[in-house]
Formats: sequence, structure tokens, C-alpha cells
Amino acid sequence: MYIIVVGGGKVGYYLTKTLLNDRHEVLLIERDRDKVETYSERFGSVILQGDGAEAAVLAAAGAARADVLIAVTGEDEDNLVICQMAKHKFHIGKTIARVNNPKNELLFKKLDTDVTVSQTNYILGLIEQAIPDRAFIHLLSLRHADLAIIEATISAESPVANQTIGEIDLPVACVIAAIARGADVIVPGPDTEIMPFDEIIAVTHRTEEDELRRLLIIE
Amino acid sequence: MNVVVMGCGRVGARVSSILDNNGHRVTVIDTNSTAFRRLSPDYGGDTVLGTGIDEDVLKSAGIEDADTFIAVTNGDNRNIMAGQVARVMFNVRDVIVRIYDPVREDTYRRLGLSTVCPTTTISALIIDQVIGSSAPNRRTEPRET
Repeated sequence: MYIIVVGGGKVGYYLTKTLLNDRHEVLLIERDRDKVETYSERFGSVILQGDGAEAAVLAAAGAARADVLIAVTGEDEDNLVICQMAKHKFHIGKTIARVNNPKNELLFKKLDTDVTVSQTNYILGLIEQAIPDRAFIHLLSLRHADLAIIEATISAESPVANQTIGEIDLPVACVIAAIARGADVIVPGPDTEIMPFDEIIAVTHRTEEDELRRLLIIE
Repeated sequence: MNVVVMGCGRVGARVSSILDNNGHRVTVIDTNSTAFRRLSPDYGGDTVLGTGIDEDVLKSAGIEDADTFIAVTNGDNRNIMAGQVARVMFNVRDVIVRIYDPVREDTYRRLGLSTVCPTTTISALIIDQVIGSSAPNRRTEPRET
């Protein structure tokens, strides 16, 4: 597979190294001449000096025959434009953009980038899971279905404590998938009662995550 | 008409001042507060400090009620991204984006943005003056890659 990486910061550097080790054909485009010189000594001739948003640079990189382009510069506006130029001018099948500011993720998704990688959100999520005594944790986003998997710890004061699943007025696009009670894991039915200190694993549409949070937890 | 202008350089300040003078409601955004000194002394519109690729900054500039958004910072990519934020996230009716790079300008014009490319416009004006209007094919542009 021929992969073009744009942006030779830490992410771009290790990405290029990993992809080369996996025996892909890789070209890294980087603006800074000093970095290009250093990397060229390490990697050989897989580095191109230039601005990845310039069509002439992409053309010189052989963008027309590339299978994937990955834009990982530190600037969201550059990553967006690089991916759009790759898609519309060079018809690269798959574009992947790093999103530095989580606020921009929705825009990137609406504008033809095939995959967005929001490292800020990812790191926040990991830290959030590591903080003890959090009552409601977002475990995972299922990107393509726009679903999220969440974990909630039920307190004695929770509005749903001591109610059965059937009695709870769950948001439409939510399913309680499992209940962890002590060492047991229960796959609940309508008659299963939710007890204080239960840990609930639920699958929910992302638009209803907040509603589910309000239902399960007293903030 | 409600207009939001991003970038208060020479062009942004002039456009903002003239539109304000013509009775439109103008808000101009810049990351640098000293840039607002370029506005004409009788400019009566608003100024907002911040970057126009940030949705919250655009909101505080009144993008939700804007009829027109104009992106004229010095960065092509910044203008392009802000223009698309205005169009896609806020459904602004008219979005005008300055793009210096003719190839990028061509690409985004095809994608439906209203674009202004100073490079091709000014080059054409200069060539007109140099060659004169009698020269044939004076507007033939070099093929882009």
C-alpha cells in the first residue's frame, strides 16, 4: 500500500517509522528543512520537503497513485485542507485527519475526511476512566454507528435504584447490556431489578448519552 | 444585512468600514487587537478578538444571524476552514473566501465556495497594463498541475 503522511512532528515521525516497519511504501511530507535533513539521515529517501496543502507538492509526492493520505500536522486548518485537496484534486480513496481541537471533529466528519483521530478526546477518555469514583463513564464511541458504550455506578440515591428494567423510562435509543453486581455479571431482562452499587454497562446513541446520565445518576 | 468579517488586515478593515458605512451590521474578528486600528475612525460595527475557525468565537460574532461571512486573513487554509465552518455548521447564505493559491482557489470554487484569488486577479491586471489590451490571448493562464 502507498501511504502519504503529511506533518513530521512526533506523531508523523513515529507513524512513518511504524508504517515503514510494516513494509508499506511511505512518503512523509514536512515543511521544515532541518527536520527533513535529520529524518532523511534516519529513514533514507522517504521524506519530501514542502507544504502538503500545495498541489504541486502532492503531485511530486505521487498523490495520484496513493491509497491513503494521513494529515497529522499540529494545525487543524492545514489537516482539513490537505485531506480535501487529496480527495478532490487527487482522488485518494482514504484520508485520515488528526484533529487537535475536539470542537472541530464534527466539522471534519461533515467535510469528507474519512477518519478523524482526536487525540485530545482520546487522552481525556483514558484519564477519565482512570479516575476512581466516577459515577458515569464514557467507555467507547462506536464511530460508524454513532453509538457510545457507557458505564454507570448506581448509588442508593439513584432514581433507578430498586426498580426493574421494565419500570425504567429509558431513552429510546438506549439498551442496558449488562449489570455487574459484585463478582457476577447479569444479562438483564425486563424483570431484573437494579440494585444500589450495581455497575451498569449500556449502549446508547450519542445524542441520548446526557439523558441517560441524568436518568441513572443524581449529579 | 448582517455581515461577519474574519481578518482585520488592510482588506478586512476596508471591507468592514465600507459595509458599515453603507448601513450594514458588521462584526469584524481578528486575533490581534491592534489590527482594529485599521478600521476607519467612524466605524460603528462590532469587533471580536479571537480566531474565526473557533465556533464559539464565530457565535459571539453573531454568525448565527449572519447573511454573509467573509474570510480574509493571510492564511489560505484558515480562510477555507472558517468559510466551511460558516457554511456547514451555521448555514450562512453567502460565504466569501480569499485564497491566494490559484490551485486551492480552483478546487474550493468547484466545491461551491465563493472565492476571490488575488494572485490571478492582480496578475491579470498587471499583464493587461504591460501588454496592453491589443495583445491576443492575454488572459491565457499557465496550466496548473
